[in-house]
Amino acid sequence: MARPETPAPQAAEAASPSPLREIVRRLARWETGLVLLFIGTLIFGANASPAFTQSTTFFFVGLNIGEVAIMALPLALIIITGEIDLSVASILGLSGVVLAELAGHGWPIQAAIVMALVVGAACGLFNGFLITRLGLPSLAVTIGTLALFRGIAQIILPNDTLAGLPASLTKIGVVPIPNTQIPYSIAIFGFLAIVVAIALHATPLGRSIFAIGLNREAAFFSGVRVKRIQLWLFVLSGVLSALAGVLFTFRFASARYDSGVGLELDVITACLLGGISIFGGRGTIFGVVLALAILGSLRQALTLENVSPQEQSIVVGGLLLLSVIVPSAGGVYRRTRAQVQAFRQRRRARGAPAQAPAAGEAAP
Amino acid sequence: MTSVGTAEAAAPPVERARSHRIAEALLRFRELGILVALALVIGATAIKNPRFIEISSLQEILAGASIIGLLAIGQTLVIVTRNVDLSVGSVVGISAYATGVVFVHNQNISPVIVFLVAALIGLGWGIINGAIVTIARVPSLVVTLATLYIIRGIDATWAGGNQINASDLPDWFNKIGFGTFAGLPYLGIILIVATAMAWYWMRSFRTGRDFYAIGSNPEAARLAGIPVERRIFTTFALSGMIAGVAGALWLSYFGSVDAIAGTGYEFVVISAVVVGGVAIFGGSGSVIGAVLGAILLQTIASALPSANISSNWELAVQGGLLVGAIALDRLVSVRVAPALRTRRSGRGKA
Repeated sequence: MARPETPAPQAAEAASPSPLREIVRRLARWETGLVLLFIGTLIFGANASPAFTQSTTFFFVGLNIGEVAIMALPLALIIITGEIDLSVASILGLSGVVLAELAGHGWPIQAAIVMALVVGAACGLFNGFLITRLGLPSLAVTIGTLALFRGIAQIILPNDTLAGLPASLTKIGVVPIPNTQIPYSIAIFGFLAIVVAIALHATPLGRSIFAIGLNREAAFFSGVRVKRIQLWLFVLSGVLSALAGVLFTFRFASARYDSGVGLELDVITACLLGGISIFGGRGTIFGVVLALAILGSLRQALTLENVSPQEQSIVVGGLLLLSVIVPSAGGVYRRTRAQVQAFRQRRRARGAPAQAPAAGEAAP
Repeated sequence: MTSVGTAEAAAPPVERARSHRIAEALLRFRELGILVALALVIGATAIKNPRFIEISSLQEILAGASIIGLLAIGQTLVIVTRNVDLSVGSVVGISAYATGVVFVHNQNISPVIVFLVAALIGLGWGIINGAIVTIARVPSLVVTLATLYIIRGIDATWAGGNQINASDLPDWFNKIGFGTFAGLPYLGIILIVATAMAWYWMRSFRTGRDFYAIGSNPEAARLAGIPVERRIFTTFALSGMIAGVAGALWLSYFGSVDAIAGTGYEFVVISAVVVGGVAIFGGSGSVIGAVLGAILLQTIASALPSANISSNWELAVQGGLLVGAIALDRLVSVRVAPALRTRRSGRGKA
């Protein structure tokens, strides 16, 4: 389902250059819109509550969006290659449960963290194997593992909350890096974002990732190791989701099997709002970072306005819809115009005496 | 691909007939396979716990499977056209709550109006999904993922912490969920009738065949003059409407509704459909298979406690079944593909 079906005719239609249109198109980058939207969100937040303009806001926004941000990076790469991973939030939940369970059984916390990351990698490998080696559609596989991984977490830790992690470590989930306002999760995200951005935009690997998304067959025949790259992207997604799960567990100093249920909405919204094309082959990490900033400040502003999490999900879902509908507006406009023109031509043809009356109805 | 096809077509007729038979058997395999799996689950559970095969227990399983089964019919329509509708669980929730609110306001309301309200609520959401998918040409996965959360958010905002209980509902309505006719629960009868209608429609009507054509090859379907967008729109509208009606039935079955009704149903429904042999790539599968898949999942869910396995295993088992089913489909289709090609080319010559 994530495979492109329409872009080919669209690209053909778009090839009508004119100098003025070219300038407008350069200025009308998706990221420009995001910057404006971000400024708008900040103004909205400042109007919503005086607490929003305090210096601690950055810290709380970062704290709340940190895990989503870390999971959004590998997902952005996966979507660029034309696939999807819906299971990220379940891997987050499972790795948190593994961490707390092992720590509860007396494992040293460092070993438990490593184990949680290994479990995440295994989950990613499982997804990647089914998708790349068996050739199954990523949508179906990750809907299945969304339930499977969450279900395994539920088997390990059925109903209760596991607490009792060492406070010396869990406090990194709730305090900033000393002498700054930066939460640890955001520092980790910042580092990862730079690495991923360089890898995507400035290395042959990154070009390969775009090439896979634009035309899988062509990429394969130009020597890109399509399956291997995709497999490793899913493993990366698993590891980073597990890392997010560790941070999530630290933040709440406890683990539950249903930790982070529904977070995939935020992660996918961040990617698509950030301008990653759902058809693959297009997008920037900078856009995703901007989208995360928008999403985080918007949620923070809404929380300060006493908007419940459920009502917030209406807003986030709306953002997700908008971020896929807006890019397709051009296509809708072109198709509608083409239809109107075809209709006019048909009417003209019908007006001409020699034409058969039902000519317009028949299929070409 | 084509070279393989012609090579197979040139195979001697005897061999072609044999592979033809293998293909037929494998295609029929799915519905039969589910029935066998169903018999195994019921048999194994009955050995451990004989009360599992008492009439009342089986009635309960059928009634419980009915709502998932109805949703599976709608989902089959959508998936056959190579789309997916993730919003059904939320539509069930909001429609169930709306039905409850209708009864809280007026207990003596006519059944026709109640079900009409439920159907229209579902239809409305289905139309929204379908319109966005077909007009903006956005992948249905993203659209329905967004509406999944939007509808749930609206439902949660509307319902708040309220709960509507069986005492707020009229007797006739509660009876739909519990009553039986000639040994069959009403819900089961509704499911069977709906399945039969949908099966016949998809098998024998032009619109129904169009869905398969679209799912097999959207471009070819378009070139063949099938109104692809209109058909896809129809599947979403129908899926929504069925989910709306299923919401009302959900309320009659469970007797109470709050803001989280139907959460996670989309996943169970998709599992049921895929386990039932509807290809997630679109283009093949039957409503009967999907409904059997729903019955199988419900039977497993009921069997777990009867066999002294914690119900905490339910989610993992369903997820595993979904992944296993698509993997199995893939392996079978890799095996069957050459045989199918022979069959097609053989038919073309005849």
